[in-house]
Amino acid sequence: MELDFTSDQVAFRKEARSWLEANVPSEPLESFDSKEGFDQHCEWEKKLQGGGWAMVPWPVEYGGRGADLLHWLVFEEEYYRAGAPGRVNQNGIFLLGPTIMEYGTDEQKKRFLPKMASSEEVWAQGWSEPNAGSDMANIQATAVLEGDEYVINGQKTWASRGAYAHWLFGMFRTEPDSKRHNGLTFILCPLDAPGVTVRPIDKLSGKPAFAEVFFDNARVKAENRLGPAGEGWSVAMATAGFERGLMLRSPARFQNTARKLVELYRETEAQGEFIDSRVRDEVARCWADSEAYTLNTYQTVSRLLSGGKIGAEASLNKIFWSELDIKMHELALELLGARGELLPSAPAAKGVGEWLDGYIFALAGPIYAGANEVQKNIIAERILGLPRK
Amino acid sequence: MDFSFSEDQMLLQQTVRDFLEGECTVEHVRSMWDTDTARSPEFWGKLAEIGIPGLLVSEDHGGLGMSEVDMVLVLEETGRAGTAEPVIHTACVAAQLLQESGNDAVAKEWLPKIAEGSAIVAVQHDQSPFVSDAHVADLLILNSGDAVHAVPRADVQLTEQANNDPAKRLSSVEWTPRAGTLLADGDAARALQAAAFDRGVFAAAAQLLGVCQQLSEMTVLYATQRKQFGVPIGSFQAVKHMLAEEKVQTEYGRSHVYRAAHSVANAAPSRAVDVSMAKRAMAENAVSLAKTALQVHGALGYTWEQDLHVWMRRAWSLDTAWGNTAFHRARVSAAVIDGAFPAIPFGYEVPAA
Repeated sequence: MELDFTSDQVAFRKEARSWLEANVPSEPLESFDSKEGFDQHCEWEKKLQGGGWAMVPWPVEYGGRGADLLHWLVFEEEYYRAGAPGRVNQNGIFLLGPTIMEYGTDEQKKRFLPKMASSEEVWAQGWSEPNAGSDMANIQATAVLEGDEYVINGQKTWASRGAYAHWLFGMFRTEPDSKRHNGLTFILCPLDAPGVTVRPIDKLSGKPAFAEVFFDNARVKAENRLGPAGEGWSVAMATAGFERGLMLRSPARFQNTARKLVELYRETEAQGEFIDSRVRDEVARCWADSEAYTLNTYQTVSRLLSGGKIGAEASLNKIFWSELDIKMHELALELLGARGELLPSAPAAKGVGEWLDGYIFALAGPIYAGANEVQKNIIAERILGLPRK
Repeated sequence: MDFSFSEDQMLLQQTVRDFLEGECTVEHVRSMWDTDTARSPEFWGKLAEIGIPGLLVSEDHGGLGMSEVDMVLVLEETGRAGTAEPVIHTACVAAQLLQESGNDAVAKEWLPKIAEGSAIVAVQHDQSPFVSDAHVADLLILNSGDAVHAVPRADVQLTEQANNDPAKRLSSVEWTPRAGTLLADGDAARALQAAAFDRGVFAAAAQLLGVCQQLSEMTVLYATQRKQFGVPIGSFQAVKHMLAEEKVQTEYGRSHVYRAAHSVANAAPSRAVDVSMAKRAMAENAVSLAKTALQVHGALGYTWEQDLHVWMRRAWSLDTAWGNTAFHRARVSAAVIDGAFPAIPFGYEVPAA
C-alpha cells in the first residue's frame, strides 16, 4: 500500500492544473441540454482535445493521451477543481468508448474513437424502450440483416443527449422469436439516417435532455455492428460495469460538491442564520462519504492496474454515489432557506441557483444507469449469494 | 500510488483466518463467558505462537516489526471470529505506545513479554471511565492529567463493572500516581495519548469491519436455508434489499478502515479525522446490521441459544469502545466544518510540487 503520488503523477497534476487554469471558460457555459449550450460544449471539447486532455486514458492513436487510470483520476480531480464544463459526450467517451476498445474491430476503432474523443460526433444511448426499462432484456426493436445492411424498426426512448447527438448506440433484436438476453445485437446507428426520427423530450428541468427515437425501416451498414451478432447483451454489460463502477461519476465530482457544501455551511453560519444541528452532522457526513467514494475508487483502479476486472461491485458504487449526490443537494437547499427555490436567473439567486439545478439532476441518479432497486438485486444475488428464487 | 494489499499481507490474513476458524470457534467464545475472567492464558499463548501480540513489536524486542497496514487485516479477522481477547489493547495500542514512549527500560522489560504472550497490558483512555481487561492485565497504562503512567496491577484497586457483553470485562481503576511509574509527561505524554487513542479507534473500527462481515454472512446463510411460503426467505426482495443496503455501507466503511490503517502507520496529519470517519462508519453499520440480522433471523435470533447475539454483542461493545459514535461524529464535524484539526481530501488537493 502506497498512498502517495509518484513524482510523475505530481508533474502530470501540475501540467493539467496550469492548462485548465489558462483555458477553462471564465463564464459558465449554457446547459448542454439547450442547442446553444450543446454547441458551446462541443467547442470546449474541441479545445480540450487540442490540448491533448479530452481522453487521458485512451491510446494516443485514438485521440487519447495514453496515460493510465491513476492519471485519469488525477486529471478528473484537477478538472473539477478548475470548475470546467460538464462532458457533453459522456455517453460516448465514458461508456461506448471503452466498449469499442474491447469489442471493436481495428477499422471501427479508427473510424469512431478519434471523432468521439474530439466530440465531432456526440453519442446518445439507445438502451430503454417503452416496455424495456429496468427489464432491459425485454427489448423489442428489431434489426434484420439484408445484404450488407441492417433494417431497423421499433422505438427507443430516454435516449440521453438524444436531442442533439449525431449517433446512437444500442441493442436490437436480430434473431426473430429470440427471448430475453439472447438474440440481441449491439449496433451503432447514425441519427441522420433515413427512417430515423428523433423527438426530444423535455426533462424535469424543462430542457430537452433526452429523446424518443423512432426507426421506420432505417438502414444501417452491417459494419456498424459492435461485437458478435446475437451477443449484444454481453457487449452491453461490459459498458454497464464501467458506467456504474468507474468512469461515469469520478470521485472528484463528489469531493468538489462536498467541498462547496461545507463552504455554503460556513457562509450560512457566518451570516448568523439558523441552522438545524442535524445539518451540521449531515454535511460532515457527506464530506466523509465523498472521501469513502474516492478511496474506494482508488482501490478499484489499483486492482484494475494489476489485472483485475470490474464486476458486480459496480452496483455498490451506483447506489452510493447516487444517494450521496441527492443528500448533498438536499442539504444545500435546506441551508439556502427561502433562496433554495430560486432559478439561477433570479437576481437574488447570486450564484446559488446551481444547487437547485444540481438537485433536479441528482434526482435522476437512482434511475439512470440501472435503477437502484435493480442494483440491490444484483448485490444481493451476485455479491451476497442470496437465491434468485 | 497503490491502494491495495501485498500478497504477503493477504497470506497473513488467510493464515489468521484459518487459525481462528480452528481455535476461536463460537463454542470457545461461549465457553469463556462462564469463566471468572473470560480469558484463557492458553488461547492467548496460541495467538502468540502465530505472532499476533507481537505483530507490531519491533524485531529487536522479539516481535515481527510489522505495521498497522499489515495488522488491519488481522484485526478484521479477529472481529469476524468474535475474538474478545485484548488484541486491541495489548497487541495494538500498548505495543506501539511502549515503543514510542522513549522509556527504554520499560520497553525492554515489557515488549518481549507482550510478543511472547506472557503479559497482558490494558490501556486507559479519556473517553471511558472504565478500563477493559484490567482484571487480567499485568501492566496498566493509565493517564493522570497530562502524564502517562505504566502501573503494575498489584498497585491498583479494581472494581469490576458488569456489562452487556459477557466476553468483555470492564473495571473501574483506583490508583495513585507515583514517580516510579511515570512513563511520560507534558507534550510527550499528550502525543502518546493522542496516538494511543487514535490507534485504539482504528483497531476497533477494523474489528467492527470483521463483525459486519460475519453478521452479513451468517444472515445470508440463514436466509438461504430458512423457508417460508415454500421458498427461501432470502429470495424475497424485502430481505434482499435490507442486506444489500447494509453491504453498501460495509464496503465504503472498509475503504475508510484501510485508509485509517495507513494514516495511523504513517502518523498522517489527518490521522484523527481518518480514524474517526472509519469508526463512525463501521460502528453505525455494525449496530444497524445487528438489527437487520436479528430481523431476518426472527424469533430464533432473539434467543440466547442462537449464536447471532455473540456478534450482536461484539457490535454493541465495540460501538461504545474507544469513543462512541456521538463522539466520533462530533470529531469529524469539528474537523470538516470548523477546521479544528486537519481534514484533508484524498488526492484532490495535493499541492502541485
